[in-house]
Amino acid sequence: MSEVADRIKEIINPENLVYAKSPLLNDDIMHYCPGCSHGVVHRLIAEVIDEMGIQEQTIGVSPVGCAVFAYNYIDIDWQEAAHGRAPAVATGIKRVMPEKVVFTYQGDGDLAAIGTAETFHAVNRGENIVMIFINNAIYGMTGGQMAPTTLIGQVTATTPNGRNVDLNGYPLRITELLAQLPGAAYVTRQSVQNPAAVRKAKKAIRKAFEIQAMKKGTAFVEVVSTCSSGWKLNPVESNKWMEENMFPQYPLGDLKDGSRADAGLYSIKG
Amino acid sequence: MGELRLMKGNEVIAEAAIRCGCDAYFGYPITPQSEVMETLMANRPWEDTGMVVLQAESEIASIHMVYGAAGSGKRVMTSSSSPGISLMAEGISYMAGAELPCVIVNVQRGGPGLGTIQPSQADYNQATKGGGHGDYSLLVLAPASVQEMHDFVVLGFELAFKYRNPVMILADGVIGQLMEKVVLIDQRPRWTNEQIAEISGTWATTGKSKNRKKHVITSLEMDSFIMENNNLRLQAKYDQMKDEEVRFEAIECDDAEYIMVAFGSAARICQKTVQIARQKGVKVGLIRPITLLPFPEKIIAEYATKVKGFLSVEFNAGQMVNDIRLAVNGKTKVEYFGRMGGIVPTPDEVEAALEQKLIRG
Ligand SMILES: Cc1ncc(C[n+]2csc(CCOP(=O)(O)OP(=O)(O)O)c2C)c(N)n1
Ligand code: SF4
Ligand SMILES: [Mg+2]
Repeated sequence: MSEVADRIKEIINPENLVYAKSPLLNDDIMHYCPGCSHGVVHRLIAEVIDEMGIQEQTIGVSPVGCAVFAYNYIDIDWQEAAHGRAPAVATGIKRVMPEKVVFTYQGDGDLAAIGTAETFHAVNRGENIVMIFINNAIYGMTGGQMAPTTLIGQVTATTPNGRNVDLNGYPLRITELLAQLPGAAYVTRQSVQNPAAVRKAKKAIRKAFEIQAMKKGTAFVEVVSTCSSGWKLNPVESNKWMEENMFPQYPLGDLKDGSRADAGLYSIKG
Repeated sequence: MGELRLMKGNEVIAEAAIRCGCDAYFGYPITPQSEVMETLMANRPWEDTGMVVLQAESEIASIHMVYGAAGSGKRVMTSSSSPGISLMAEGISYMAGAELPCVIVNVQRGGPGLGTIQPSQADYNQATKGGGHGDYSLLVLAPASVQEMHDFVVLGFELAFKYRNPVMILADGVIGQLMEKVVLIDQRPRWTNEQIAEISGTWATTGKSKNRKKHVITSLEMDSFIMENNNLRLQAKYDQMKDEEVRFEAIECDDAEYIMVAFGSAARICQKTVQIARQKGVKVGLIRPITLLPFPEKIIAEYATKVKGFLSVEFNAGQMVNDIRLAVNGKTKVEYFGRMGGIVPTPDEVEAALEQKLIRG
């Protein structure tokens, strides 16, 4: 026994450190449910901001949704926006302080239902902001009602018999639509279901922040996410359900990688 | 003395905003105030003062852009007319809750619904009793001249930052479209980052430096006891506004037997009515509330024991009259006269109403 303890002591020393919590994440216990993607994405954002050395320049905009309290965890300045209005709030911040780094963090209800107009127009103006979109196909915060991204047949509190096309229309692939907008610079869909995916998602988030620094237009990162409580599945089942059902509908990968369009393409002739 | 010009009320809002060093304007076109943004765009202030002017996709977006920019410690404003202000209601409540300063101009038109583009004062209750949800108050200024359109933009920003609270300029289509001479303030610089740090450095989200805690702009609080305290703090602020910010004009009230109460362009008409009535030998005065919130209730209560009655004259179905009744508290008669639908009554019409409702009635 003491041999094992000695062995552990030998392992726990600075040279062997392979991972540490980002200094931008505080020690507060997150309010997220076990198996929820929100916490993982928070960590990635904190790491990216820290690694890029932009803590002092960055202002986050948290949504109304489960991530409303994002401001409790990441040690940067924050503004909490009304439901759906984060892109407008971010626009206001960025326009008066163009030298700062501004990002929104929004759920599917926030970004793709009540805030659709603000989302589209912020991207269409090519606002130099980062938008992080947590698509968990449900309204987590209010107790698991249908979201615009809820899948056909998916049971939620307001689709107890499964989402029905005749009644509820189709799952909204808003990211595909946003990729069509000339103001978008970088549009990508990622997930965080395993370590490899987490690494990829982090790279995408970093790239989005770099694009903002280069003033290329809006950088948009969707993260296909789990809502274990809303889906009424345990964390392992949630990941599996996401891979089996969400990924075919919301395929991962880049949808646009460039910069906002040249105005000349859209200008009058004379 | 500043520059003297002949200008339209709406244009003056824009001119005053630029000159007082406003940092940003976000808005969406709506009659009868579209000239505000048009004038701003034509003046290109971003080239001179660096002021941002942006046409938003809706009034909802406008007010939340204002929220974001105001949270950055900047002097920010928007303008709209009645239906647009209704759309902003949630955002205004959020700003009051998060204690963000800003100036909101409502150049009122007639309602309900799409109503009419003609002038109206039917948003008195919306402006002074809420409009949005929750126990919050705005500071509401009611200009009665083009000069006051100008002055209240300047004053509005001062009050907004003094109280960290949204200020509304409640104008109407008459004042917005009216052309009058106006003395403009000289161009003032926008605040520097250092000034912003001094004025709003304890709360503005300008980026968290190593030597301070993070700033969070929010109206959310899950702990009911803390939330009640937040509300009490807001109420204390509103009480301070009542003590320090009441503004009104009392015209020929000293010997008055009857007093009319009217704001904005209705007050201009009533001023003429005072003359007509006095020529006929009727001792009439006029109280013009300049701040509709806080309402000048003390002065009305004082006169309540001296006069035979009050007549509230409004371009609506009788909204301010209820505040007069509360201030008068049964001590004398309070009547209302008004027109709706965009009709502006003549001074003679008001005089006839005065005669019929108060003097003979
Ligand atoms: C104007 C308004 N309407 C409705 C609500 C209630 N509400 C709060 S969060 C939410 C949905 C959140 O879902 P989503 O954006 O997907 O975030 P999640 O919790 O799933 O991360 C709703 C409808 C609100 N707060 N404000
Ligand atoms: S309800 Fe869903 S989105 Fe909200 S914390 Fe729980 S798992 Fe996450
Ligand atoms: Mg959701």
